[in-house]
Amino acid sequence: MYYMGLIWEYLKNYMKTRLTYRADFWVEIISDLLFQATNLIFIFVVFRHTDNLGGWSEAEVLFVYGYFMVPYGIFSCFINLWGFSERYIVKGEMDRILTRPAHNLFQILLENVDPPSLVGSFIGLIIMTISGAEMGLVLEWWHIPALIILALSSVLIYAGIYTTLTSLSFYSDAPTGILPLMYNIQGYGRYPVTIYNRAIQVLLTWVIPFAFVGIYPAALFLDRAEMHRMALLTPVMGLLFATIGLTLWNFGVKRYRGAGS
Amino acid sequence: MNSAFIDFMRIRFLTMLAYRVNYYSGILIYTLNIGVYYFTWQAIYGSSGEIGGFTAAQMTTYVAVSWMARAFYFNNLDREIAADIRDGSIAIQFIRPINYVMVKMMQGLGEGIFRFLLLMIPGMIIAILLFPVELPTAPSAWIGFLVMLFFSFIINSQINVITGLAAFFVENNEGMMRMKRVVVDLFSGLIIPISLYPDWLSTIMKVLPFQAITYLPGSVFTGRVEGTGIWSVLGIQVLWFVLLLIPMVLIWRQARKRLFVQGG
Repeated sequence: MYYMGLIWEYLKNYMKTRLTYRADFWVEIISDLLFQATNLIFIFVVFRHTDNLGGWSEAEVLFVYGYFMVPYGIFSCFINLWGFSERYIVKGEMDRILTRPAHNLFQILLENVDPPSLVGSFIGLIIMTISGAEMGLVLEWWHIPALIILALSSVLIYAGIYTTLTSLSFYSDAPTGILPLMYNIQGYGRYPVTIYNRAIQVLLTWVIPFAFVGIYPAALFLDRAEMHRMALLTPVMGLLFATIGLTLWNFGVKRYRGAGS
Repeated sequence: MNSAFIDFMRIRFLTMLAYRVNYYSGILIYTLNIGVYYFTWQAIYGSSGEIGGFTAAQMTTYVAVSWMARAFYFNNLDREIAADIRDGSIAIQFIRPINYVMVKMMQGLGEGIFRFLLLMIPGMIIAILLFPVELPTAPSAWIGFLVMLFFSFIINSQINVITGLAAFFVENNEGMMRMKRVVVDLFSGLIIPISLYPDWLSTIMKVLPFQAITYLPGSVFTGRVEGTGIWSVLGIQVLWFVLLLIPMVLIWRQARKRLFVQGG
């Protein structure tokens, strides 16, 4: 309850600052969508020259991309750890956070919420609906709870991976470049993993499981029997990776001793 | 006068060299990007022999060389200029006896030399080891490609300078800069070679300067343009270099008249 109240207060604050700069708000939404549009244009152009991508049709690939956008939007909204090292460790803001009673990670996430990212999730849902309709996919009762559970599990996977990597900044001053690197790896999850070679497939499934933020869970709705087991594994992987991330984070915080300025 | 410009280039090069470790992950990022497109194209080519005039081998080479060329020509001159304008430090630049735009171009060149030697070349070697890249055999292709690569850098920097200077006219050009980045990546042929777009779109792209950044040098490197054809694609680049000078100069002249520093 205490935490719910905090969320509300932080969001009120966020709205106050954002409404001061309304133009920037729209600029951010539109340019975010432009980056996504690049990938969509790639899919559209490529399918003018072929009718399948590793056995997946255009509508299926689009559907997977639509799904990919949903958890990604939620993740970017609530878990925004870019620049953590500079802002909280180098500048010493972590000290301020730690003197307060609420959990430190919770405060950091709330200070950096970015609701405009959620627009991406909505567009993702629209893409899923359109491409689903094109394939004659009928909406069944279990689709909605399944989508909610799977999308949240995918968000947990992102959360786990990114908190794990961000917690490295408690140990080293310069983990520069790891986060952008991850960002580029996650792009691999938007296409059918079967097009990659064996090593990359294993990597994307078990080590940096970005296949669970796109292709595997999306396959459940597409009736791709070969990936059903993987799709059902998504919540397990999500919980597992989120636990790893949170544990490493708490461990890192204990080690934190301030920048000492 | 000239030696001052050389110094700006040298200092930027040395600054980047001092922080080189921060940039090494860039090599991996570019390799990852080549990877995702390489595998996707492999899957697409599975059934067909030639797409948009590219064989599968040419496409691999094209993807690798295009991304690694981007590792060289990419810079943030637009952001640097916009930041100078927004925080008002541009005023100091005005009272200096050297041309600000030239200073920025030379700094960009210093960065470019760093990126060429420490990102593009090692990156290309890694790409050749990982993916079946076919290097050109004709010396004319190598020379032509290297000369054109230099013009890619200049044209891309010119576009960056123009976008950055736009901050003089609109208070926040963040959106413009992001949009420019998407347009350059798409219209230069980096994401998809221009010959694969629908006809109406590729016709438009061929009369825009962006193809000179990636598509034309890439075509020379993959051997799709050879012999005397290299001269004509190089000619297109030189033409765009000259044409882009016009808006650069005009905007710069206009901008000086209407400098307006916020707050302070």
